Amino acid sequence: MAWVNAIIQGVLTGGLYALFACGLSLMFGVMKVVNLAHGDLAVVAGYIAIGVIAVTHIPVLWSFLIVVPVMALLGYVLQRTIFQGALDRSVLTTLLVTFGLSVVIENGLLQFFTANSRAIGTGLPLVTGSFSLGSQIQIAYLLVVIFAVAVVVLLGLQYFLSASKYGRLIRAVADDKEAAQLAGADYRHVFGIAAALAFGTVALAGIAYGMYSQLSPTTGTDTILLFAFAAVVIGGLGSLWGTLVGGVVLGVAQQIGAQINISDEVLAGYLVFLAVLVLRPQGLTTRRAQS
Amino acid sequence: MSLATETTTRPAEGFRVTRSRRNIAWTGTGALIVVAVLAMLPYIVYSGTTAILVQGFIVLTMASMWNLLAGYAGLVSVGQQAFVGLGAYFVLILAIHGTSPFAALPVAAIGCGVAALPLWWLVSRLRSGYFAIATWVLAATVMLIIEKFSSIGGGTGMPLPGLSGFSPALLTAYTYWAGLAVTVVALAVIYLLLRGRLGLVLTAIRDDEVAARSSGARVGLARLLVFVVAGAGCGAAGALLAISQLQVQPSAVFSVQWTAEMAFATIIGGLGTIEGPIIGTIVYLVLQQTLASYNAWYLIILGLVAILVALFARRGLWGLVDEHLHVRLFPVGYWLRLAGEGRRGGAVSSPRRRARGGRGVAPPG
Repeated sequence: MAWVNAIIQGVLTGGLYALFACGLSLMFGVMKVVNLAHGDLAVVAGYIAIGVIAVTHIPVLWSFLIVVPVMALLGYVLQRTIFQGALDRSVLTTLLVTFGLSVVIENGLLQFFTANSRAIGTGLPLVTGSFSLGSQIQIAYLLVVIFAVAVVVLLGLQYFLSASKYGRLIRAVADDKEAAQLAGADYRHVFGIAAALAFGTVALAGIAYGMYSQLSPTTGTDTILLFAFAAVVIGGLGSLWGTLVGGVVLGVAQQIGAQINISDEVLAGYLVFLAVLVLRPQGLTTRRAQS
Repeated sequence: MSLATETTTRPAEGFRVTRSRRNIAWTGTGALIVVAVLAMLPYIVYSGTTAILVQGFIVLTMASMWNLLAGYAGLVSVGQQAFVGLGAYFVLILAIHGTSPFAALPVAAIGCGVAALPLWWLVSRLRSGYFAIATWVLAATVMLIIEKFSSIGGGTGMPLPGLSGFSPALLTAYTYWAGLAVTVVALAVIYLLLRGRLGLVLTAIRDDEVAARSSGARVGLARLLVFVVAGAGCGAAGALLAISQLQVQPSAVFSVQWTAEMAFATIIGGLGTIEGPIIGTIVYLVLQQTLASYNAWYLIILGLVAILVALFARRGLWGLVDEHLHVRLFPVGYWLRLAGEGRRGGAVSSPRRRARGGRGVAPPG
């Protein structure tokens, strides 16, 4: 029964990891930018949520209505300035710049907000509540909600990219930005919109993690960025649904690892990631390796 | 080890190919004098100063290795802390078994070079950004595995044994000389590697990887060699770190902060030049010492400067010097001069300058 519990918990945390990963995946898919500051920006979003809740006293759950647009705007601005500037130079420059940004954000948070952990919405019935399946399985409402949010976000992105006019524009620019430019699309603006979308999901990821666990300046890289990346690789690069599969596999691996030895949770996830990297580098869901 | 077939540049009629535009003898003599003066320092200055310089040696060694990876081989690794940590733990393990930490230092470097082989096998398929995060995950995994062994301190680490026999003054001096030796060897190895075939192959890859492959350059082998050398170098720096701090703590030695420091020092000084990390390390030391009482501010400022340099002065501080004075302390490329031409000419191995099409002269053939 304990193993069934581990698998159920793992699947549900997989939703959280998929939420971490989809912004990273989107930025790489469209702009070919691997944003090494991805996790730290999620922590920033979580901290903004904490600040917004403290100042405006809005209900915790509705904080995303403010934080998501703020982060989306930040995403657009960052893309149009720093990221685009780096892209114009070289892929190497985007890595140097986003890594620099990651370290600056992490240490800035450490300097201004100390190393203390912070949680969002402690004591809320949604955060603390759970329901029972049988006698041994307790499922937290929050994890179910986060999983549902992840599925909705992925469905929404999928629909937006495949069916909407703007989504087609984004895909066109991702395929060949010069050709799209010749056809009249301003690819810089389209990149900005894609970054805004990605940062919106980053905001959701930050808030979700802040409610599920605790945020501290180092969470951004230790947990969010590395787990997001593991989920992306396990699922298969460049596939949105693969991200969900990857998140679920990572979550289940971690929970099974924790079942064997409580301190091996994270290590078990990474070992599965390395195994996938060696045995199936194209990921579990994609057929052929993408360059 | 043959990396490429027939890569030597042949001087043609009317051309003169030299390593350096100035006489190399005086730069060589200069380097010797600098090393000799640095070696004398423990007799002259207080131990506080040498302790700061040891920190500088650690960062310079790591930065030079990171420069070899990112600046010459295009491999942006964010996981070099794996080797820093492994180097520290190799020293700790050998010291527990009775070896002197100073004798353990070269063993640790070699051990890290060997450890780089399986790690390379894991990440070699990935490129650019994915390579960067994968090395980061790898470093985290190595730390989690090390933490499982309680005999070497588990998750909390332990003090480094085997150094209690030295008097404090002697220990500081020995640590300083070990640091100087590690740095000199690291710079010499990098310089000789880049002067040789590896340097030519790496330059060819940087200019056009497909062309390099089709000309017979063994691209995979060149990258593997760079990863192994960088692993050994960062391992030596980690061993030095353990000796200078007298303790090994997993979260400290496997901290991504090491990669941040080596990357920032390299970017600010000048990516893709041997001189760059030296200048960058000096900037790092000055900032770190001035802002020592303001916690992490030095890292924030270094990071911001590095971002600005990466965006607006891509060749770093040394690039600015080189642009105006045409000085190379470590000439790894070739200068090509037309007969009768005096001061003009360009370094063949400097693709950026050639790409700009300004002063450079195309190689013969």
